[in-house]
Order: sequence, then C-alpha cells, then structure tokens
Amino acid sequence: MKDAKVIELEEVAIRFSGDSGDGMQLTGTLFSDASALLGNDISTFPDYPSEIRAPLGTVGGVSGFQVQFGQKQVHTPGDFAHVLIAMNPAAIKANAKFMNPGGTIIYDSDSFTEKNLKKANFTTDDPFAECKLVDYFKIPVPISSLTKESLKDFGLDNKSVLRSKNMFALGLVCWMFNRPLDYIEEFISTKFAKKPVVVESNIKVLHDGFNYGYTMQHMTPSYIVHPANIENGTYRNVNGNHATAWGLLAAAEKSKLDLFIGSYPITPATEILQALAERKDLGVKSFQAEDEIAGIASAIGASFAGNLAVTTTSGPGLALKSEAIGLAVMAELPLVIVNVQRGGPSTGLPTKTEQSDLMQALYGRNGESPVVILAASTPSDCFWYAFKAAKIALERMVPVILLTDGFLGNGTEPWKIPKMADLPSISPRIAKDAASFNAYKRDPEILARDWAIPGMPGFEHRIGGLEKNITGTVSHDPENHQVNTEIREEKVQRVVDMIPKMELCGDGDGDVLVVGWGGTYGHLISTVRELRKEGKNVSLAHFNYIKPLPENTAEVFSKFKKIIVCELNLGQFASYLRDKVPGKEYHQYNKVKGLPFTVNELKQSIYKLLED
Amino acid sequence: MSDLRYNIKDFKSENEVRWCPGCGDFAILNAVQRTMVNMNIPREKYAVISGIGCSSRFPYYMNTYGFHTIHGRAAAIASGVKSANPDLNVWVMSGDGDSMAIGGNHFIHLIRRNINLNLILFNNRIYGLTKGQYSPTSDRGFKTKTSPFGTIEDPFVPGQLVIGARGTFFGRSIDGNMKLNQQVLMEAAQHNGTSVVEVLQNCVIYNSGIHSAITDPLHRADRQLMLEHGKSMLFGEENEKGLVFEKGKLKVAKIGENGVTIDDILVHDANEPDPGLHLALINMQLPDFPVAFGVIRSVAAPVYDVEMKAQIKHIQQNRKITCVDELLNSGNTWEVTGNEPEEQECPNFELK
Repeated sequence: MKDAKVIELEEVAIRFSGDSGDGMQLTGTLFSDASALLGNDISTFPDYPSEIRAPLGTVGGVSGFQVQFGQKQVHTPGDFAHVLIAMNPAAIKANAKFMNPGGTIIYDSDSFTEKNLKKANFTTDDPFAECKLVDYFKIPVPISSLTKESLKDFGLDNKSVLRSKNMFALGLVCWMFNRPLDYIEEFISTKFAKKPVVVESNIKVLHDGFNYGYTMQHMTPSYIVHPANIENGTYRNVNGNHATAWGLLAAAEKSKLDLFIGSYPITPATEILQALAERKDLGVKSFQAEDEIAGIASAIGASFAGNLAVTTTSGPGLALKSEAIGLAVMAELPLVIVNVQRGGPSTGLPTKTEQSDLMQALYGRNGESPVVILAASTPSDCFWYAFKAAKIALERMVPVILLTDGFLGNGTEPWKIPKMADLPSISPRIAKDAASFNAYKRDPEILARDWAIPGMPGFEHRIGGLEKNITGTVSHDPENHQVNTEIREEKVQRVVDMIPKMELCGDGDGDVLVVGWGGTYGHLISTVRELRKEGKNVSLAHFNYIKPLPENTAEVFSKFKKIIVCELNLGQFASYLRDKVPGKEYHQYNKVKGLPFTVNELKQSIYKLLED
Repeated sequence: MSDLRYNIKDFKSENEVRWCPGCGDFAILNAVQRTMVNMNIPREKYAVISGIGCSSRFPYYMNTYGFHTIHGRAAAIASGVKSANPDLNVWVMSGDGDSMAIGGNHFIHLIRRNINLNLILFNNRIYGLTKGQYSPTSDRGFKTKTSPFGTIEDPFVPGQLVIGARGTFFGRSIDGNMKLNQQVLMEAAQHNGTSVVEVLQNCVIYNSGIHSAITDPLHRADRQLMLEHGKSMLFGEENEKGLVFEKGKLKVAKIGENGVTIDDILVHDANEPDPGLHLALINMQLPDFPVAFGVIRSVAAPVYDVEMKAQIKHIQQNRKITCVDELLNSGNTWEVTGNEPEEQECPNFELK
C-alpha cells in the first residue's frame, strides 16, 4: 500500500472544459505551450464537441482540452484528469468519467444556475453528487462576475467581456502550477496586435485570475499514484488534512472522550479545522479562536476539563503557541498539536511545502520543555499518526506535536479504509482513587501522572505553570526542580516503549543508508527502489518517530558505510541525529525551494556519494 | 440555605495565603468563598482559572479544581474549560495587566461569545508582581518606575470594553466592602453568560490608596452610587442627591432644588438591552459624579456553551453518520478484488 511508485506533480493531467464558445482550446494550448517552455514534457488531447453547433450549455456542446505535463518523458495526455476546469455544469457532466479519483475541480460558480443545470440534464441542485464526485476537491470561483468586474472600465459589451473569462481561468491555473505569464502575454499581444483593446483587456483578466489564486492562497493540487497491484479491500481517496481530522475522531471514539478542537485558520492547516467543524454529528466541539494563542489555550482548558483536546496550525502559528505548549508540558496535560508545515520563516511561502519546523517543534520553547514529536509520511498515514499522537498524549499525559506538511495536507491518495475494530485501544489515565490521589503522583514505570477531571468529587486539586511538588503545591526547592526537569524529559523518552523499532526498506546493511522523515517518504522510497533496481546497495530508513527516536536507531545506522540525510530544510534532522546518535558521519541532501524533492535530483546526489 | 451545608473552611485550601499583609485580595478571596458557600453547588463542579499576576495566585488558595495558567490567557483557557464541560461553574481571576494588556484580545472575545463564566477583574491600576510599573488602567501622567516622568497615554475603563464587546453583565465593587462584593458576585454567578466584575482593589505596597478618593469612608456617601435594579439612583448622606437625564447627558441633581423631586431621579434598569445609559453610568468619575457600583448591566443573550451543546444535539437528531466507521465509508469508495497479496519490500507504516 505504501509502495508509491509515481510521484505527484511529476505528471499531472489538466483538462479545460466549457462551451465550445468559451475558448477552451486556446486556453489549453496556451497553458501547454507555457509548460513546454518551462522545460516540462507535455502531451495534449483536444476534445471537440461532436456537434459543432450544439446548443449552448448542453453536454453535447462541451469542448475540452487535456494536457498532461511532467518532469520526465510524458507519453500520453493521461487517461484521467487530475484537475478539471469547468466553465459550466455541462462540463461537469461530460467530464465526470474522465476524472482521476480524488481530483480537483475548479468551476465557474456563476454558471451553476438552475437554468444551466437543467440544460445539462441535472435533476437536483447538486451536480457533483449526481456525478458521484463527492470526495473531489472542489474550488468554486465566480469566474464570470470577476471577469466582468475586472473589465468594467473598458467599455466593452457584455458578450465581449465574457469572451475573456477563459483568460481568468488560465491565469488562476498558471498561479497554481507556477507558470509565468510572459509567454501568454506575448502570444495575445501578437495575435491581436491590431486590436489593442482586446490585448489590454485579455491581459488584465489573465493577471486578475493569477492574482486571485495568489490572494485566495489556492494550493497546488498534488497527487500520488500507486502501483496497480494493491491489497484487496475497500478504498477511498483522502488527503492528509482530512486523514488527520479523521484520525483524531477515531482516537476520540476509541478513548470514549469528546473531541475538542481549538484552532485559528491558517494556510495550509485550515482544512483540518473545517473537516472537524463539519462533524457535529460525531459530537465534535470546534472552537474557532480569536488567535493562535487562544486556539491552544482553549484546547488546554478543554484538556483540563477532560476532553481529547487538539489544536492545529502551521509554522507561524506554532511559534505563537510556544508559551502555551510549555504550560501543557508543566501541567502534564494530554494535548495534540498538529503543525502542517509550510515554507518559512515569517509568512514565508504559505502555500508551499517545507520541513523547516523540526527544530521549532523540538526546542522552540523557554526552559527544558520536552514534548513527543511524530511525523506523518503520506497523506493517508496522517490518519494513523494523528491517532497515535492522541493515544500517546492520553496514555502518557504529555503534549504531542504531529508534523505534517502542505504537500501531505493537500496531497490525495487512494486509501484502504481501516476498520475501527482493528485499531488499538486507548486508555486515558483517569484517576481512580481519591484517597491516594496527588496531582503529580506518577506511575513509577512510565512516569505519567493521573488525570483527575473537574466534576470528579474528592479529587479537587490545583495545577499550573509554576514548578510544583508532588501534591501540586508550588515549590521553589532547587532539588525538586532538578528532579522534575529530569522526570519530564525521561517521561518523554520512555514513550519509546510505545513505538516500533526502525525497519528498513531494503537490506539491513550496505553502502548507503538514505535517511528521511515525514512527508518526503514517497520520493525517497521511489529513489531507493530505482537505485536498487540498478543494483546499487542502498536502503531507506524513514522516521515517523522523531522524539523519542526508535530504540534501534544507532544499531541500524552502524550497518552502513555511508549515511545521507535528505530533508526539505538546511539539515535540521541531520543536526538532531548528530546530537542524539553521535559518532557517525551524516551526509546531507537539502532543498528549500518550497517544492518536494524530485527522484532525479535525489538519485544524482546518491550516485555522487556512491562514487566518492 | 444550602442543602450541601458547606462552610467557608470547605473552600480554603491547605496552601498558606501569601499576599502582602493588608492586600485587598484577601477580602476578595473571602467574598468569593462566601459566595460559593451560598451557591448550593457541589464543590467539585467549581473550576477556578487564573493568568499571571498577584491576583492570579487565587486558585492555590481555593479548595476547588484550579488552574494557574500563563499571562493573559486565563480567559481563553477558561473558554475551553466551559465549552468542554458546560456543567462546570467556572471563575476567572485576573488583573488589570492580565486582562487589559497582554490578554486584552481574549478578554473582549470571551465577552463577545458570552460564555457562561464569571471573570473578576482585580483593578489596582499597577503591576504589583513585577514591582510597580504603570498598567493600562493607570491615569495619564501617572509616575511609576517605567514612567518616571509620567505616562503619556490614557487608561482603559474596563466597563467600556465590556460594553464595546457587547457584554451582558458588568458589575463594579470595592475590595473592602464585603456586603457589596457578595451581592455583586452572587448576581454575577447567577447570570447566564459572561459576567465581568471589576473590583477596585488596593495594592498596599506599590499603589496604596489609589482608590481612596472613592473608597474613603469619610466621603463614601457622596462619592459612591450604589445601584440596585428597580431603585432610584440616589446617593449622599441623606440620599438627597440623585441622577437625572438632561439634554442627552447624566447630571447630578439635588432633590428639592430647582423643583427636582424623587420622581425626576432615574431608576436603574440593569436589564435594559440598550447599553447607552449603562455606558454613561460606567463613565461617571470624580469629581463631577459619584462612581457607580453594584450590578450596572445584566441582560439576557444567547450563551456560547449552551448554543454549542444545542447545535451538536440538533445535528445529531437527524444524523446520517453515527460513528467513525460510517464516516470513513461515506462518499465515493471502491472495491479492489482479485489481487494476489504481494510480499512487501517495505514495512507497512500504517500498523505501527
């Protein structure tokens, strides 16, 4: 299931579709040419309507243009489209069968009127449900009205204005896939050289479409394609943010606790808050806070009050939550903090992916402030690691940071649906005996305290951010602080008994061990697999458990001649390994372009290491 | 009156109270404990949440559930506590630095949401725990260690923020006035929604006497207007003075002078939704006016934690998805059959 073969965005098929008068052929051609100029290999497929003069808005009148582009050689325009740009409801109907499961649909919401739905023979007001496109990622954009607004000062008639709406769609798609506009501008300028107003108006709309994508922070849709031979079972598509939300719901159900999410919207993590806000049917208490700090603060309050409490954010938000994470460390309350990483520092690259919050998660707080850190590695396993994060938090009374990233959060993949019965149990440490209860009395083995929840008679106690003694009384005793500081660290280290040993992909010894963590898994495993096919003695150690590290990490590392740590930052995990698993030489391959790795660049860096 | 028969000792924790001798906080602690004795609510239902500051040590002295959190965030943490479990009786203890400065955002949003909890704002107009810097409620020109030549900024009036944030309950009290404290706190506790009680509190070390112009027993009758819902707004030794509304403004009038009779004096209506007059009462200050005390505003409005619970209940009545298995299998799914199980070259990440 995890053997991802072809990696997202190395090949993407986009289909432009609308009425035959909507200019879809031109739009598709321009996008293809712009892609080719960027160095992408492309393959295109124009799909004209069979009836040249079919009535407007009907399925018969739909005109489409599909382009597949990729880093490597692309041989076909793609059997199925990953992204559909639909200018009207008929385009949805005509193309539903050509959509890749879980794909993205961008549509002109202005054209989804009752009249147009009828023309396309829809019987309800939900064309997506009728076409079984429920799980697809849908982006409604009022293309017609935005185009009108864009051109209101040009003095053009309505018909001429609407003729430019394809340029709005084109600009938007160019933003999503990082295509520069200069080639398209030049084309328009040359083609309509004799009609300056047409040139000016089309370029204006093109830019407005591009800027709309920028302003709305529309993400680049990303995909992972799996090999044909997958396990039997029931499948669905899921992206990382939904998988995270559902993993938390699963943990709430297993632990028999209410789920509370306190969060503030932030790209690219917002979708988790939305996905949970939608689940009032499962009793989720969603609290959209006034800021990032209130997001985590309300979650800490909910944890104190006995809920499974979660806060979700991205890098800048994690920075704002730092002090409160320290409170959760000190109060020893269960808490899950999800950080969907994006390019930083500061506002950085909000819609682009990066792995540069690792050090922040590990060390970005005042004092000795240890937390458990997990990282998901594919969109669907965000489910498992969200579940596991909650299990560790609840059973060990400790805050857990789950690191995902923009690439995983928005990336979609087919997922074999798990059964709740197959998931491990979760046993929150609810206090049982009031007579022997003390706020900071610990289990001698795992060092976790018990969880006494307001409303439980006889357990009344006080906790807080000040250092405490065992009863919960404030203590400034030097020895007590030393002991407690060590205990809080040791408590996190003992979580090692809840995590599996590191298992390698490939042989247990060899020339090069590729080390990665989190969302780069798909690219790293593809790289290692290709190298092994070429006869190279290379294996992969991919980490989902960052703190604590799997028990056998040093042992695994010792069996290889060379180790290369590949990550989308300047070497944060490599630095951490130098500290925690010392005595080895860690080579690095790093990239901070806001983009995922490519298999090719990874292979080149490993070839070099094999040669040296 | 209490079935539970608590006495004040039941609410005192084992911790020694460590405020400075003579601190106004002692009286407030006493008033809160007395209020709780009288509320007829099981002790384990109380959660006392505080931020940082002298007043925020409060939870340690209460034999209830307590959480001493971080600077400014008590309102946000308490919002989570109450939303997670609306059955709890939640109290927030906060100071003018905690709620008006670092926690200002949480303060106004708590009030805007109208979460059913009680926030006591200990207003001593100084930073005491950090030893004497001006606070957001210090007067312009006030000299402290961080304003050696006087501040060049105007203070917040807490009640104005409460009204500005669409507050449903605002009361004002004085640390040393036990009767007034208990009366206001009890009404605050019984109010459905966010109740803010500003207590003029004396910091005996760094700002002693800051409220004495108002609180000095010598002038009490002339400088304090004790508001009671449904009663005329009278003050003075003989209740000879009162408030009238003239040309769109409040004015102090003397009964018997210029033909003013008791019938001309405004009657306090704390339940009036229009906040205009409440704001005018909040704004009154010496020397032209007495300072208003008691419950200034108490109006009904939807309560966040009640609404949250009700919305979940409502959605669940007609829900199609009742458990996670159903959720995961909703939407577009497909079956894969006929594939031979393949030896996995890589460990399965899911089941770890």
